[in-house]
Amino acid sequence: MSTERIKFYQTGTFTAGNRLLDEGTRTVQSRMDRTNSLNSGHRACQGCGEALGARYAIDAAVRASHKQLIAVNATGCLEVFSSPYPESSWQIPWMHSLFGNAPAVASGVAAALRAKGRDTVKVIAQGGDGATVDIGFGCLSGMFERNDDVLYVCYDNEAYMNTGIQRSGATPPFAQTNTTPVVSEHPGNPLGAGKNVPRIALAHGIPYVATASVADLHDLERKVTKAIGICGARYIHIQVPCPLGWGADPAHTMKIARLAVESGLFPLFEAEWGTVIQSSSIRRKVPVERYLELQNRFAHLFGPPPDTDAIAGIQAIADHNIALYGLLR
Amino acid sequence: MTVQIEGSQAVAETVALCRPDVVAAYPISPQTHIVERLARKAAKGEIGRCQFLNVESEFAALSVLIGASATGARTYTATSSQGLLFMAEAVYNAAGLGLPIVMTVANRAIGAPINIWNDHSDSMALRDAGWIQLFAEDNQEAADLHIQAFRLAEELSCPVMVCMDGYVLTHAYEPLDLPNASQVDRYLPPYSPVQVLDVTAPVSIGAMVGPEAFMEVKYLSHHQHLRALELIPELTGVFEQHFHRRSGGLCTPYRVEDADIVVIALGSVIGTIKDAVDELRHEGVAVGCVKIGCYRPFPKQQLRALLEGVTRVIVVEKDLAVGMGGIVSADVQLALKGPVHTVIAGLGGRSISKASLKQMIQAARGERLADPHFLDLNWNVIDQERSPRRDTRRAGPMAEQVLRAVNAIGVKLI
Repeated sequence: MSTERIKFYQTGTFTAGNRLLDEGTRTVQSRMDRTNSLNSGHRACQGCGEALGARYAIDAAVRASHKQLIAVNATGCLEVFSSPYPESSWQIPWMHSLFGNAPAVASGVAAALRAKGRDTVKVIAQGGDGATVDIGFGCLSGMFERNDDVLYVCYDNEAYMNTGIQRSGATPPFAQTNTTPVVSEHPGNPLGAGKNVPRIALAHGIPYVATASVADLHDLERKVTKAIGICGARYIHIQVPCPLGWGADPAHTMKIARLAVESGLFPLFEAEWGTVIQSSSIRRKVPVERYLELQNRFAHLFGPPPDTDAIAGIQAIADHNIALYGLLR
Repeated sequence: MTVQIEGSQAVAETVALCRPDVVAAYPISPQTHIVERLARKAAKGEIGRCQFLNVESEFAALSVLIGASATGARTYTATSSQGLLFMAEAVYNAAGLGLPIVMTVANRAIGAPINIWNDHSDSMALRDAGWIQLFAEDNQEAADLHIQAFRLAEELSCPVMVCMDGYVLTHAYEPLDLPNASQVDRYLPPYSPVQVLDVTAPVSIGAMVGPEAFMEVKYLSHHQHLRALELIPELTGVFEQHFHRRSGGLCTPYRVEDADIVVIALGSVIGTIKDAVDELRHEGVAVGCVKIGCYRPFPKQQLRALLEGVTRVIVVEKDLAVGMGGIVSADVQLALKGPVHTVIAGLGGRSISKASLKQMIQAARGERLADPHFLDLNWNVIDQERSPRRDTRRAGPMAEQVLRAVNAIGVKLI
């Protein structure tokens, strides 16, 4: 069968475009040998950032492991939309056990592979932010601390979306959710709440920690590929916009993800053994309003009257990230 | 080979002979000696390539085994009390996924008030989670049951809990006949599951099942579970051929021929009950006892057959369904379709003496047994604590009050 080579490049952005990259570093979105490990036909919403992130992360991992990959999934949107009995979108061995135990289940898979002498098979555990930063956090920390041979991927859409948009430990300040409603003097999620799990992962001193975004799928694939090549506990935290939960246009998923990166709110970095070794610089810094105004969960900040203090608070977080990771170069 | 050995050490040695691939554990008294010995043996390479994982909680311990078992590994853990409750969600999950995990429960009370001593509250709390529950009478049986448990679990694709009384058995030294590796290998074939996480034959395990099929899935697991009632007698028979002793079984009678009264119990208290039975028989009382060795699935028919013609049944149980009474006795009552006496005994490690058991049996004969009857309850303390309570509204824990009333050590600290 003959194939036609298509060159993709984006317009209206500062991205270089594939045509300017050499063959080896090009992002190829579709080709004959793509595994489609998370196959089409699943029930994710239109514009779902998690489905996109998972598809790219898992396909990259399958490629990097030479199709020697087992995936463990926490309960959540990804699990529910991909595996309603008797259907499954998964083309790889895949297991779901509980909401809070995916890291431990994956540790068990890795231990069994070692005991059985099948060490060449790689293990991925994946879950949303609720499964990762809240209910499964003990298991995650234990897996890190033991340096079990597992790559954990968190798809962070910043709230419990599967149960209908409730606040999680990864929900950003001022965001409206169904449990942080806009009804009081201090509407939305309180400023100062929440935890930064990539930095907590880093503090465990594990071999590899990275953040990634669906805004830069090439970078995401590169990080997953690199992580698959490393032994021990590895963590990749991917921001995945949720049109439903964020009150955003499904067509804006990529745009919003890109603005999160370009504003400094979601810094992209890599760390090895507890030290940050690389970060993706911001080419054109945008004010956080550009990111916030596209999402209904922040609509209350824009008034009337606008909550300038809250917006300044969020801008301060972005500026802190920019300084911390040296994102403006 | 007969050796003088602690119950926990014997269990660890026997589990090691079953060649587990993955052991994950979190320490809790009185389970610790079992996993300590396994950790040492695994580290010395005495269990092949066995991976021993020191995890951060009981929930993680069982979750690790869920992943490992689904990948085709033979898996084992041990826990107790609060630990079993902490892993409860995974206990149900392992059964629902049909994973043949074997777990020792060193039976211990559940707090509050915190109490590390023996009763059966922990196993009973999870009796309906889909695990087969075997109860050991003594340490020989505790060790032997583990060999049977792996075979049973793997033949039925169902997890098995081996319950042994904390301290009473786990920390007791007894002369035991420990098997050797070749004996165990002949009885227990290698684990070869039909469906595992395998890159050459990908499957999705743990899918969401909706109302259209959930009942059928549950019925089938119930059906599978009940098969243990046929398989257990068969496996104990084969076990006897290989090891030349009887161990395990659904329920075991002792002197029930022509008995008017039969005492039913689980676990190590059966030893004391047998002594009481012997003495009362000597005094001319027609009494016997039955040990329930397999509590889930519950051997209804077998029990009914054993107790045919018995006029009075007493269930002595180390647990309490608060607000209800007995747990085991409710099941026995259902099996016999007739009245039984419920005796709550030995909670939180309260010792169960032969004298008290004999008194209890005599009281039952004279229709003087309360329902439920609490064995050796200190009524002075109860009355002292109860009378002011009637008049005053008072919230909060009552443990300190009771300690003061019984003049326990705690009172000196207050």
